[in-house]
Amino acid sequence: MAEETFLSDEFIRKLTAVGEVDILVAVPTFNNRGTIEQVVNAIQLGLVKYFPRERVVLINPDGGSNDGTPEAVKNASIPDFRSLLSSSPLRTIHRISTIYGGVDGISNSWRIIMAAADLLRAKACAVVSPDLESITPEWIEALVRPVYKEQFDLVTPIYHRHKYDGLLIKNIIAPTIRSVYGVKVREPVGGEFGFSGRLACHYMEQDVWHEEFVRARTEIWLTTRAIADGFRLCQSFLGPKIHAPESSAQNIVATIQDTLGALFRCMENQQSYWVSRSEPPQPVPVFGFEYSSGLEPRRINRKKMLTMFQNGVSQLAPILESILSEETLREIQGVSQQDEKHFRFPDELWVKTIYEFAASYHHSVMNREHLLQALTPIYRGRIYSVVLESQRADAEQIERRIEALGQEYEKLRPQLVEEWARKA
Amino acid sequence: MAQLVLNTLSRTLGNFFNAVALFLPRILSMLVIIAAGLLVALILKVIVRRIFGIASFRKYCDSAGLTQMMRKAALPDPVEFLGQVVFWVILIVFIVLGVDVLGISALREQISRFFLFLPQIFVAMVVLFIGLLIANFFSRATLLATTNANYPSARLLSSLVRVLIIVFFVTMALEQIGLGRRVVLIAFSIAFGAMMMGTAIAFGLGGRDVARRFLERQFVQKEETAEKDEEISPL
Repeated sequence: MAEETFLSDEFIRKLTAVGEVDILVAVPTFNNRGTIEQVVNAIQLGLVKYFPRERVVLINPDGGSNDGTPEAVKNASIPDFRSLLSSSPLRTIHRISTIYGGVDGISNSWRIIMAAADLLRAKACAVVSPDLESITPEWIEALVRPVYKEQFDLVTPIYHRHKYDGLLIKNIIAPTIRSVYGVKVREPVGGEFGFSGRLACHYMEQDVWHEEFVRARTEIWLTTRAIADGFRLCQSFLGPKIHAPESSAQNIVATIQDTLGALFRCMENQQSYWVSRSEPPQPVPVFGFEYSSGLEPRRINRKKMLTMFQNGVSQLAPILESILSEETLREIQGVSQQDEKHFRFPDELWVKTIYEFAASYHHSVMNREHLLQALTPIYRGRIYSVVLESQRADAEQIERRIEALGQEYEKLRPQLVEEWARKA
Repeated sequence: MAQLVLNTLSRTLGNFFNAVALFLPRILSMLVIIAAGLLVALILKVIVRRIFGIASFRKYCDSAGLTQMMRKAALPDPVEFLGQVVFWVILIVFIVLGVDVLGISALREQISRFFLFLPQIFVAMVVLFIGLLIANFFSRATLLATTNANYPSARLLSSLVRVLIIVFFVTMALEQIGLGRRVVLIAFSIAFGAMMMGTAIAFGLGGRDVARRFLERQFVQKEETAEKDEEISPL
């Protein structure tokens, strides 16, 4: 069996001792001592409350924490369920921890989860982030029920977010997946997923787990692979997503490089699916009651953002010349000349830029990491424009803007296909 | 007397025509060899273009950054370049063979020297080419990293990296062909030392305030109210 090479004997022995399960919930961890207890307790409550009769297991692949995270997972307990729920657990919730590591890092944790789901013949599975401060027992129901009861294969999350959060997803990842793959998924890179045992087996059969794009952002590959192979998708509303402060700091250059690199490589890997596709994008069913509430305001150093965009466009001009068409580069340079009050980065220009970057990535006009790094200053310019435009916008107006951007991506799709197919 | 002059002249002319008659076939042989070489070189050039013109080789060169690099170095694309190299190597070999047929001993000596020197020139060219590739890669990486980190003078730093790497590889290439080994080494040491000293003085005089601020940032506790650069999460 392929799993034997990366699953430890002890882990396999523990899985064998558990036998078959109905539901598998996994929390991959790495030094998450501060939040893990709360996350594990929420999972336990969710399982007892919504799936009291099912056989369940909690899997914890750990990246070698030195702060006692695996012990915290093992010891997290709710002394009296009756104080929180009207029922007590009818079955034992098995907990299995294992260590993942090696050069493949976090993708190994996903692989362990998929292999465990396969070996335990789990009907429905869910994965949640270990650093969540806002998780509730309802998240487990939202991620598992559509698979367990409605026969969906993949559940992606929908979060209630601040309007300035997740801008890379809103401005590039989600609309690109919408236009390229024809599926309107709102959070394709969420840390929370629900999936069927059938889909887990399918993932395990793919021989791409060592590929860089899978290692960098496994979630993008999981989502796009499921779409390309015709599995049933749905979305579940989970509510606000709040991470522990120390884990929410992200380096924008590295994030763009990993996330976009993974998306463009998935597009290459699955081009037989999307290049000839012509059907309009399909909406994805949504479960859960979507609500909006006030979130803490964000502080943004807008001036620095604009300066970095203007400097970047001017300094990187020789590199951008090799990536973008003459017309697009000229327009971006024109945008960089605007004053800060009247600054606008139009949707059409933004979409053209992303498509030209995707095609240049595909044709390898230069080292691919360099190419993705060259997008960072332009992204800052776009975000500056988005922040400026949506200063006073409410949730509904933001949604309308996201929809308009998605339509722009769809409108210019033939340009991407043409550029993609062009001979180098 | 006149008869003697005529005899001498006719003898000299006869010798000359004899020499020409002996040398002409050699010249003709040389021309035939060169023409054959031209034909072989052209055929091999076409074959090389066909073999390496396949899409996967071009794509490999693109992804390795070779095409881009050669474009920047004002060279043709890798397939065309390979074709040209094969053409000229074959042609030069045939020209040298042709010249050898003439049987001029001084020329033969020079040719054998040239052949001995050829591998060194080739190695030097390879060293220089690799140097250009490395210089281009690192100067671009420097430009991107410094621009994305919002450092001033990103292009200056990137050019500095490129020049340093190229100077280093040019030195290696010249040393390979044995051209003024000591002179090159000394010139490089002086140039490098001067550059480092200049940089140190420039930083010392011009960057006193920056250094002070940097040290303050590192060792003095940050104020609680300091504004965060990017509090918004991209994902």
